[in-house]
Amino acid sequence: MSERESDRMIEAEPGRTPRAGRGRDADNAPPEAIVAIPLRHPWRILIAVVLVLGLAVFVLDAAQRSDFGWPDVGKYIFDRRISQAAWVTLWLTIYSMIGAIVLGLLLAIMRLSPNPVLKSIAWLYIWIFRGTPVYVQLVFWGIVSLIYPVFTLGIPFTEPWVTIPNEVFTNLFITAVIGLSLNEAAYMSEIVRAGLLSVDEGQEEASTALAMSWGQTMRYVVVPQAMKIIIPPTGNEVISMLKTTSLVAAIPLSIDLYGVSRGISAVTFTPVPLLIVASLWYLLFTSILMVGQHFIEKRFSRGTGRVKTGKEPAGSAPAPTVPGEPGGPGAPLGTDFGGKG
Amino acid sequence: MTEAPMVLAEKVSKNFGSNRVLRGISLEVDPGEVLCIVGPSGSGKSTFLRCINHLERVDGGRLSVDGQLVGYRQKGDKLYELKLKEAAFQRQEIGMVFQRFNLFPHLTAIENIILAPMRVKGLSKAAATARANELLERVGLGDKGDAYPAHLSGGQQQRVAIARALAMDPKLMLFDEPTSALDPELVGEVLDVMKELAKSGMTMIVVTHEMGFAREVADTLVFMDDGVVVEAGPPRQILSDPQHDRTRSFLSKVL
Repeated sequence: MSERESDRMIEAEPGRTPRAGRGRDADNAPPEAIVAIPLRHPWRILIAVVLVLGLAVFVLDAAQRSDFGWPDVGKYIFDRRISQAAWVTLWLTIYSMIGAIVLGLLLAIMRLSPNPVLKSIAWLYIWIFRGTPVYVQLVFWGIVSLIYPVFTLGIPFTEPWVTIPNEVFTNLFITAVIGLSLNEAAYMSEIVRAGLLSVDEGQEEASTALAMSWGQTMRYVVVPQAMKIIIPPTGNEVISMLKTTSLVAAIPLSIDLYGVSRGISAVTFTPVPLLIVASLWYLLFTSILMVGQHFIEKRFSRGTGRVKTGKEPAGSAPAPTVPGEPGGPGAPLGTDFGGKG
Repeated sequence: MTEAPMVLAEKVSKNFGSNRVLRGISLEVDPGEVLCIVGPSGSGKSTFLRCINHLERVDGGRLSVDGQLVGYRQKGDKLYELKLKEAAFQRQEIGMVFQRFNLFPHLTAIENIILAPMRVKGLSKAAATARANELLERVGLGDKGDAYPAHLSGGQQQRVAIARALAMDPKLMLFDEPTSALDPELVGEVLDVMKELAKSGMTMIVVTHEMGFAREVADTLVFMDDGVVVEAGPPRQILSDPQHDRTRSFLSKVL
């Protein structure tokens, strides 16, 4: 642009620059498509090439390295002992998460309750169990049966009325489930609490004004809406728990996936292939869970379309939802109107 | 006074910390009467309304609905706070409609309406649904029973909310600025439902900024400011000839 031209542009009144004037002539014509040379990214290509080459070198090298023991990987990957141990790991995860969710819900409700005693207990619990490593906690639960060989009921410092041998903490599987649940509950309670707090206060108020009790309000109004917020991070916790179960070695429980693969390698002196075998099984499970997690997150993501529930008549129009609207439509979870509760 | 008042407030006061929100509200609402409360924001109108169904605890004075003390039980000359269950029982007879509707977003219109009658009053699903359909018909939404709140306009949501409150067969309805969150063109449909309700003889207390509605429907208009009742009387008289400076200055801004 020459200097004379730019002067003219400044002189022209705002909104009526020469450019705008020219545009008016072509008002009815469709805008011309931009023809431009796209921006090039030479560094991206270079870095990608280097990385692919590096990976290829690593793979080729690893395939030939005898320490990886690939034949042993093939031999043990479908070993019955391994697949049974994988089964144990799955059940450890399931039981521990069930325990953690139930206790976490209880702790979350305690923390939100107006009762200062309950509030403090929940706070103390979360403080301790989130503030110490899960490995250390599992070691501790492993030796509880030595500290408390028997359970007694009676007046302290007198002859007990009832004495029960501590059979809970001598069963290492149960000890592992308890240890993992107690630790995870502290994290779950924070997730549940965030979910309960995310429900608009007006919901509880409206429910109260309809003469519903606190319990009914929670059950039919608050919790179903909180689930939207609670479920996605809970899925993440399940994935995390599956991997954390390998720490039950601290108890020591050795019938889980990692424990059994360690046990086999202790006999065969081939630790590396069995670590690879265990890792492949963990990867299989976490991959399946991650696919599930993807769908859960899609389903529960805030402000996106309403979840199909089958409750709506087929003919009703799928009206778009306002994105980000507070208290947008959610899945009518846990709302059965079947019987009287 | 010929009949017992539905709502009787005597020097009702309420503090939030050191903030005195209500400073001695005294008023009476007779059965079938429509009382409109107007006033600047922060004057305590909504708080007073929330005290009536014990969403807020009254700190001083006395407040009774249909002869029953709200939130307390009197034994001799001592007052006992009601248990949560007893307070909930009292609320059964008082319907409330909120500024922001507060419909349950995870339930359809019908499910919103039948939830409390089923869970609180123990109605069967069939009976509750039949009644809910009647009420939806009454508020002009007979075809919207299966719609979720997010698929309804603000005016429709508020009408569902009114139907939901009516489903508990209340003898007193409280409206907390029911049209303030609505687009202007949707206000009329909600006010029409409220007018019809008033005509049917429902006792109503309405906190509102709709002076036209107050003039037309209210039996009594109360002007509140700074936690006290500044002026009360027939709406026409107050709107056309306010006695108090504060009323005059408020009305000059809103009319």
